[in-house]
Amino acid sequence: MKLELRGITKRFGGLVANDQIDLVVQPGEIRALLGENGAGKTTLMNVLYGLMQPDQGEILLDDKPVHIRSPKDAISAGIGMVHQHFMLVPVFTVAENVTLGVERVRGLGLLDRRRTRRDVHELSERFGLQVDPDAYIEDLPVGVQQRVEIIKALLRDASVLVLDEPTAVLTPNETLDLFRIMRELRDGGRSIIFISHKLKEVQTIADNITIIRRGKVVGERPPSTTGSELAALMVGRSVQLRVSKDEARPAQVRLEVRDLTVHDDRGGMAVSGVSFQVRGGEILGIAGVQGNGQTELCEALMGLRPSTGSVLLEGHDIGDASTRDRLRAGIGYIPEDRQEDGLVGAFSVADNLVLDVYDRPPYASGIALNLGAIRAAADRLVSDYDVRTTSVLTTVGTLSGGNQQKVIVARELSRDNKLLLASQPTRGLDVGSIEFVHKQIVAQRDRGLAVVIVSSELDEIYALSDRIAVMYEGRIVGYCQPDIPEAELGLMMAGATAGEAAHAAGQTDGSQATHDPDLDEALELPGALDTKPPAAEPQAQEPEP
Amino acid sequence: MSDPPTAAEPEPAQAAIAVGPDQPEQDGQAGPGRSRLRLTANVIIQAITQGSSTVITILAIFLALVVGGVLIVFSDPVVTHAWSQFFSAPGYALAQTWDSVSFAYSQMFEGAILNPSTVSAAFHGGSIAAIFYPLSSTAAQATPLILTGLSVAIAFRAGLFNIGASGQWVGGAIVATWLGFGVSLPPFIHVVVCLIGAFVGGAVLGWFVGVLKARTGAHEVIVTIMLNYVMYDLLSYLLSHPAMLQQPKQTNQIAPFIANDANLAHVGGPPPQVGIGFLIAVAAAFACAWLLSRSTTGFQFRTVGASPSAARSSGINVERSWVLVMLLAGGLAGLSAATVIQGTNTQLTFNSYGTYGFDGITVALLGRAKPLGAVLAGLLFGALHVGGTYAEGATLGQVPANIVQVLEGLIVLFVAAPALIRAVFRLRATSGTGMEAVAKGWNG
Repeated sequence: MKLELRGITKRFGGLVANDQIDLVVQPGEIRALLGENGAGKTTLMNVLYGLMQPDQGEILLDDKPVHIRSPKDAISAGIGMVHQHFMLVPVFTVAENVTLGVERVRGLGLLDRRRTRRDVHELSERFGLQVDPDAYIEDLPVGVQQRVEIIKALLRDASVLVLDEPTAVLTPNETLDLFRIMRELRDGGRSIIFISHKLKEVQTIADNITIIRRGKVVGERPPSTTGSELAALMVGRSVQLRVSKDEARPAQVRLEVRDLTVHDDRGGMAVSGVSFQVRGGEILGIAGVQGNGQTELCEALMGLRPSTGSVLLEGHDIGDASTRDRLRAGIGYIPEDRQEDGLVGAFSVADNLVLDVYDRPPYASGIALNLGAIRAAADRLVSDYDVRTTSVLTTVGTLSGGNQQKVIVARELSRDNKLLLASQPTRGLDVGSIEFVHKQIVAQRDRGLAVVIVSSELDEIYALSDRIAVMYEGRIVGYCQPDIPEAELGLMMAGATAGEAAHAAGQTDGSQATHDPDLDEALELPGALDTKPPAAEPQAQEPEP
Repeated sequence: MSDPPTAAEPEPAQAAIAVGPDQPEQDGQAGPGRSRLRLTANVIIQAITQGSSTVITILAIFLALVVGGVLIVFSDPVVTHAWSQFFSAPGYALAQTWDSVSFAYSQMFEGAILNPSTVSAAFHGGSIAAIFYPLSSTAAQATPLILTGLSVAIAFRAGLFNIGASGQWVGGAIVATWLGFGVSLPPFIHVVVCLIGAFVGGAVLGWFVGVLKARTGAHEVIVTIMLNYVMYDLLSYLLSHPAMLQQPKQTNQIAPFIANDANLAHVGGPPPQVGIGFLIAVAAAFACAWLLSRSTTGFQFRTVGASPSAARSSGINVERSWVLVMLLAGGLAGLSAATVIQGTNTQLTFNSYGTYGFDGITVALLGRAKPLGAVLAGLLFGALHVGGTYAEGATLGQVPANIVQVLEGLIVLFVAAPALIRAVFRLRATSGTGMEAVAKGWNG
């Protein structure tokens, strides 16, 4: 079905969220809508889906104007939508969920479960969705839940499928699965509108890319367009996709982890005997596919999860210290899950900016909070870190993802730290915000902090790391330099040692993988970058461990 | 009391749905059932603290009065008879209806707030103090409700449901009674010792609940409900044995009167009997308000309540906060008992605990889990109780005092259903329309 949006305009008070937007999606096309958070992509899709009425403009399906007043109209017109947040009943099965609202009944109003299950099964087979109709939603991983949403739309005969930031919740592998499914759907003649702010994904999957900035269409490009051109269109200025940074000048060891073993929630081994060292003035990137123990490693380092082994911060064992004491000892922590662990969504920006220092002077004297000092600090941090908010009293949950992350970054970097531990620091952020966060992290390194970045995004690992450790199934399988080819690093993330990876990637010259994969060997070489003498850092007066 | 953090529009629906199985359990205790229970609890707490505005609350009270009026009409034979002749004399039916309802409510007003006849009497040489009698009765009735309301509210703010205010009340009452008749102390000191004892009696129970939750993950709702029964039975046992708390030579479950020294004085002598208890309740409310919005402890409580995982990541000891807030909640419920035992009753019986503990939940709900809101809600409920009793007497039972319970129930019902109030009064919804509409879209 051909979908056309003509001159769609939507205003909220003085703000024009969509300004004369034209968009044509042909049958069998994957059309990407690329834009920063807040550019108006979601508003446009809400208009299409009948959740909002446009102030001007019209929607045409197969060249016939249609009026879509509610999602029900949209569904019956053949438009399906998969939201970022799934609309599924956790305690129902897949079949029950997809049939909800369009239940198939036999006489006497009995549910025709068998037919529903058959339908699900058929759709699942046809598009390679691999979903078990009898599985309960709460037992399924996020990626499969998303496929259930897709089945839900397909079962309602959607010929135009809108996917709103579908990869935000997915692991890289799940993303690849989703792309495969999207291609199958496209080849089956359906149109897909793929909303994203991730350049790489858009370049990979889209047939055509429409870029939206501040509510306007600023261009249409083929997927072969370079990332920097797309980024510039999206942000409105040229963006550094990779922040420039000077050579690292590693100083003394600031963090030393020995034989750290951590269990996961189910009692299994999440991290088994990991040891590493990080020096002041260097960034250690911990690469790995999500779920290989990185989350547990970070939590253990922060005292959020019991562990055995020792963690030395500047020679002092903090292995038994509470989270609070670790923060006090000088660890800045940017947690992986910003909404859940990093911020209190219902609190104001100001309160979130003091979330881990609220009980220390000048923010408190005794048990009394000093609201004036909190407010003043918030005002200062908001302007220093360019947090876009109407006021420091605004609820943080109403800010965009990028601004929420800036609040966390501002809070954690404004303390006087020795170590920065950042887990997935730019997940879900648009390119402008990523650039900002990366710059701040590099600045911390240049101030002499030891920095540990945990990321499953290769781009991020390459952009930031001075040294890369690869985690696989709870172990560090090897170290490498940030000039290692992507294919090789990918293989290491799949469990190959550096040597094997270099070999398999066809590298006759083994110099790419600089280190012996053997763990103990690698430990002896923490300062692989020690080619330069340690710079005279102001903070470098600590004793050697 | 308006503190900015809670003035926001939450999106509980989203939060509730987007929970994936690979999300780490917040407490390290496995089990989807537990996390779902907590999730539901959080959604309800958010709905209570943030879902309804002051406007909604006022409209809910108004709507409850209207519905209550309908019930009053139905219970009045004169009016029902007038309606049976509606077509021959419609004016008469309407007039009778108006008379009946307005008489009932004006009687309640006179009983609970101000009786005009006492004002005119005062001008003709009567007692000025009598003018304030209704208000002081209301304050006396409100006192224990405010304190149990605070108990529930403060726990709410830390994300806990304190259903155990009733049991904690009993705990406080037992200690206050025993200290009240069992020891002899100088006047002022005796009062203070009894008050502290009552606080401790409730606090120990609350602390126990907090410790169970912190150490073992036992859900506080279940523990507090069960502890209520334990405390009722303990009270029954104590009041059945003269060696314990039973008054000698009594067959009833009744404790000795507490010493006069231990009684809370009334400010300004009997008729305008604003008991010290009421002042304690209001002071406690201010203390709670300060604690929650201006202290580091309150910041901890609110953080733990709004997001235990974020609290943990920022170094707040969630378990310790639970224990501490339950201790305070229990103490407040115990203090509520002290204001009754040392204030109006002077004697503990098996029925003393009444419904203070459970009314505390409704008071906290109506006060939107804010301390000063609990004071206002407590006063409203106090006024309804006093007014209802007065109206029953004044109308010779025509308006049953039970109408007050109906009104209370309706108010709570309407407050808890803001969507209903918005629909009735054609208010525009302020939040979350998008997601709701989506859900509707799929389900036809």
